[in-house]
Amino acid sequence: MLTTLLSGDLPRSRVLAVVLLAILAGLVLAPFVFPGTRSLNVAAKVAVFVLLVASYDLLLGYTGIVSFAHTMFFGIGGYGVGIAMAKLGAGWVSLALGIALALSLSAALALAIGLLSLRVRAIFFAMITLAVASFFQILASQLSGFTGGEDGITYKLPDLLLPGTKLVEMPLLGVELNGRLASYYLVVLAALACFLALLRVVNSPFGRVLLSIRENEFRSEALGYRTVTYRTAANCIGALGATLAGVLYAIWLRYTGPDTTLSFNIMIDILLMVVIGGMGTMYGAAVGATIFVVAQNYLQDLMALASAAAKGVPLLPGLLHPDRWLLWLGVLFIVCVYYFPTGIVGKLRAK
Amino acid sequence: MAAVEHPVLETHGLTVRFGGHVAVNDVSCAFRPGTLTAIVGPNGAGKTTYFNLISGQLRASGGRVSLFGEDISGLSAPQRTRRGIGRAFQLTNLFPRLSVLENVRLAVQARAGIGRDLFSMWHSHVELLEKAEHCLHRVALAEKRDTVASMLPHGDQRKLEVAILLALEPEVFMFDEPTAGMSVDEVPVVLDLIHHVKALGDKTILLVEHKMDVVRSLADRIIVLHQGELVADGEPEAVIASPIVQEAYLGIAQEAAHG
Ligand SMILES: Nc1ncnc2c1ncn2[C@@H]1O[C@H](COP(=O)(O)OP(=O)(O)OP(=O)(O)O)[C@@H](O)[C@H]1O
Ligand SMILES: [Mg+2]
Repeated sequence: MLTTLLSGDLPRSRVLAVVLLAILAGLVLAPFVFPGTRSLNVAAKVAVFVLLVASYDLLLGYTGIVSFAHTMFFGIGGYGVGIAMAKLGAGWVSLALGIALALSLSAALALAIGLLSLRVRAIFFAMITLAVASFFQILASQLSGFTGGEDGITYKLPDLLLPGTKLVEMPLLGVELNGRLASYYLVVLAALACFLALLRVVNSPFGRVLLSIRENEFRSEALGYRTVTYRTAANCIGALGATLAGVLYAIWLRYTGPDTTLSFNIMIDILLMVVIGGMGTMYGAAVGATIFVVAQNYLQDLMALASAAAKGVPLLPGLLHPDRWLLWLGVLFIVCVYYFPTGIVGKLRAK
Repeated sequence: MAAVEHPVLETHGLTVRFGGHVAVNDVSCAFRPGTLTAIVGPNGAGKTTYFNLISGQLRASGGRVSLFGEDISGLSAPQRTRRGIGRAFQLTNLFPRLSVLENVRLAVQARAGIGRDLFSMWHSHVELLEKAEHCLHRVALAEKRDTVASMLPHGDQRKLEVAILLALEPEVFMFDEPTAGMSVDEVPVVLDLIHHVKALGDKTILLVEHKMDVVRSLADRIIVLHQGELVADGEPEAVIASPIVQEAYLGIAQEAAHG
């Protein structure tokens, strides 16, 4: 049962198994163990980014495709929900319509980019994705009637998913069972299901062909695999995964804007998460995304504590001042990449 | 019997130019089933290039390749492989970071045509795994199935290359110096295997080989390439005895042996 769920791709390291279980338990129990708006926001973001990074790992880690268009597909999901909710009204039908349109647009774009440019050398492909993604950013800021421009769009959701909706009168373990909770679990469970689906894809016969392309495309062709088709298919699946992540994020935030979806800063974050976690492992996406998002949100607090504790010691309080958090995040990454060139998961499995 | 059968593979005036250099020049030749044809010639004669033109890694500047009487010149390398042209490369060409077994299993999977299956687990296809293990067994690599391909010693990598070809179960087997760089005790495994493929009786085998004793023991026919041209074609003994081979090929082989 577990083997089928994980597609036979078990953690293969006790520490990794514990870490993954902890992440899963943390996400599932977050509303009860880490109450508070902020921690629930962090938990939801972790769930969304696990899916986003895993879908990127399919491209980079498994197929060896370098794409910079992943945030574009993330954004298509976000704007699909946002525009549908804002323009068509906050009903389930318009939500479904928004999602379906976003998925179709992403699939069509990924197919077009793939067919037009996956034949060319990897570096050109990367450039083309960069160009298309930049174009999309400009488009989103220009069509402000639809997208809200730089301000983005705020919208309502179907009642069931709104914080004001009480599902049950009685609170459970001190937690109110409202629409906010429902939307949290929708996000977490959908992300988990999509993650498991991606895990199946990379462990299917198709996924093995992707690995062979990453390893030696020339040889893969000589075996009879038409690699352009496979790479294009991988590109589409990765894009759909990113789109769904965007959909979930838009449902959680009830806001879609350039900074939460299309920004190249997010693209860089995705790259860092996949590298830190371990490329070509899927679980690396889960570990990398969790560490990154949590560090992004709590490093400052931690540093404030450390800085206060180091009072009196020369230099240290200054270095540990919360304003230096970006510096320390950078140091953390360099250390990570230096000591774990195969990522955290690669390191854990090597033992 | 074999001689009267229709050729499986034919090249008609096959030519390729690299800039001004004609690497394969107007080569016409037919290969029949059940026959092992050795292709010999000095270094740079165009043997590997000729192979590349047949298996589709390279597009011809002129001429045609046909398989079972059908022109396949316009087909890509993967299409030709799926039609039954299998190739073992001269320069070992593996999936370096995958296991030995997975290298072969990918070939078995390609042959089974299930690469587009997104939903099943790769290891639930037990029959493919068994087939792959069988191929490894045939080249005496079964014990090293879990080793990463790049960690194999050179001789084992050459064997793996052959196991991959075997796994493709092609109609046309193309071996490009399969024993090059192998130690003396490793060579018989590969030669036995080629013998075995020959004994199947209906396969078309092309073998590029420098070692004359190997050619003598295996070949039904020898063709000689020299500076891209086909200069001799016939029974092994007759071709080996011909002046052009003595001069163009064996002269160089002896030089190499002495140098
Ligand atoms: N892609 C290429 N571009 C330019 N020249 C090439 C290319 N491939 C082969 N050649 C040239 O074509 C000629 C034939 O090379 P080929 O590799 O076919 O020889 P060969 O008979 O296989 O030699 P060997 O016995 O050393 O393997 C050589 O002069 C080589 O330099
Ligand atoms: Mg050669």
